[in-house]
Amino acid sequence: MKPAAFDFVRAETLEEALETLASHGGDARVIAGGQSLLPMLNMRLAKPAVLVDIMGLPALRAIRREGDAIVVPAGVRQAELLASAEIAAQPLLAAALPFLGHYQTRSRGTVCGSAAHADPSAEIPLCLVALGGEVRLRTRRKARRVKAADFFTGMMTTAKADDEMIEAVAFPVAQPGSAYAFKEYSRRHGDFAIVGCAARVASDAIDLAVCGVADTPERRSFPRLAGSALDDALNAFAWALDARDDLHASARLRRDLVRAMGRAVIEEAERCLA
Amino acid sequence: MPRLSATALHDVRFTLNGRPARVAAEPRLLATDALRHGLGLTGTHVGCEHGVCGACTILIDGVPARACLTLAVQFEGRDVRTVEGLAPSPDRLSVLQEAFRRHHALHCGFCTAGILMSVDAFLKTTPDPDEHLVREVVGGHLCRCTGYSAIVAAVLDAAAILRGDGSNV
Repeated sequence: MKPAAFDFVRAETLEEALETLASHGGDARVIAGGQSLLPMLNMRLAKPAVLVDIMGLPALRAIRREGDAIVVPAGVRQAELLASAEIAAQPLLAAALPFLGHYQTRSRGTVCGSAAHADPSAEIPLCLVALGGEVRLRTRRKARRVKAADFFTGMMTTAKADDEMIEAVAFPVAQPGSAYAFKEYSRRHGDFAIVGCAARVASDAIDLAVCGVADTPERRSFPRLAGSALDDALNAFAWALDARDDLHASARLRRDLVRAMGRAVIEEAERCLA
Repeated sequence: MPRLSATALHDVRFTLNGRPARVAAEPRLLATDALRHGLGLTGTHVGCEHGVCGACTILIDGVPARACLTLAVQFEGRDVRTVEGLAPSPDRLSVLQEAFRRHHALHCGFCTAGILMSVDAFLKTTPDPDEHLVREVVGGHLCRCTGYSAIVAAVLDAAAILRGDGSNV
C-alpha cells in the first residue's frame, strides 16, 4: 500500500511539464490533486517512473468563460468549480458536482484529473458527454480539441496520447429553452455511483446520458416522448448499454435504474422547463 | 525546473500547526508516513491508505486533504494542520473537541482525528450548517462505533457555541 519509487518534477512552466511528458512518454504521469492517481500508486496499479506536478502553474488555476463554454483548466480543484460564479451558467454541473466524491476529496481533486482518470461511473465524464463538452489536449508541439464522446474510449482509457496532457475541459453553458437534471444511485453519498443519469430537455428533444453502466458515459437523443413511448425508448437504451453484473450491482438492477432514474431526470427537467 | 530523484531524500519545508517544519522525504513517501514516522505526530491515523476511510484527514492551506492521498513532497511551502494543532493549549480542548467529549461522539477514537479536522474546516466556511450538510461532511469518514448520531449532535452543538448562540451544556 505504498507507491513504488518515482522521480518528482515540480513544473514551473507548462513547457517544462510538456517537455517531461515528451521525454518519458508512458512512464510519466501528470499529478494535480492526486485523488485518483494516489490510490492507483498506493495499490501499485500504476508505477510511473516520473510524476509531473502541475499545481505550481498559475495559468492552469483560473476558471474562465469563453463564449458559450465554461473552461476549466487542469489546476482547478472540484471544490473551486463548485464554489465559482461561472457554475451558475450550467445547472447540470451545479447539480452533479456535490455528488463527486466527498467534501474531503473535492477540496483536493481536480476537474481535469477526473476526466483523465475516466472512471466509468464518474460524474465529470458524464457531464462532459451529456453536455457535448470538449477536452483540450496539448503536447510540446501541438494542441488539439477532442469531443467528450470521442475522448472516453473505454474503462479508464481515453484518447489522450502518452505525451499529451489535458490542458483544460470545456463545458457548454445552458442552452436557452433547455432544462437540465441529474440524479445518481449509490449505496452512500460520496460512493462511486452505481448508475448516474443526466438529462437535457428542450421543446423538441430529450438528451439522456448515463454513467456506471457501459465502459464509458453514453448519451442518447430522443424526440419529446411521454408515457409508454418514453418507457420503450428508455428500455431500449438500458439494454443497449450492455450492463454487466459486478460486486456492487447486478446488470438487471442497472437496467432498472436506467429506466427509472432516466424517467425521473427527464421528468424533473420537464418540470423545470414548464 | 526542480526534479527530485526517486532514490534521494529531499528536504521538504512547510508550516506545521503554525510553526516552521521540515522533513526528509523520498518522492514516494506518503504524507501520513512523513507526519507519523518522520515528525512523530501520531495523531493522524492511517486506516485504508486509499482515501476511503478518512482517518488521516488533515488540512492543507485550510482545506481538508486525505494525508494518505498526499505525497510528503507536496507539503513544500504549504500550511499544514493536523489534529495536534486543534487544542488552544495542552490543558484545554477546542470548542469542537469539547463538544465531541460532551456528546460521547467517539468510542474507540480511531476515526476521530480525521473527523475533527474535516469539521474544523467545514465550520469555518459554513458556521450555521443544517443536519443534512453535517451528515454529508461526516459521511466522508468511516466510523464503525458510534452510528454517527452523537457526532452529528456534537458538530451542531459546537457550531452553535462558535456562533455565540449559547449552548446546551
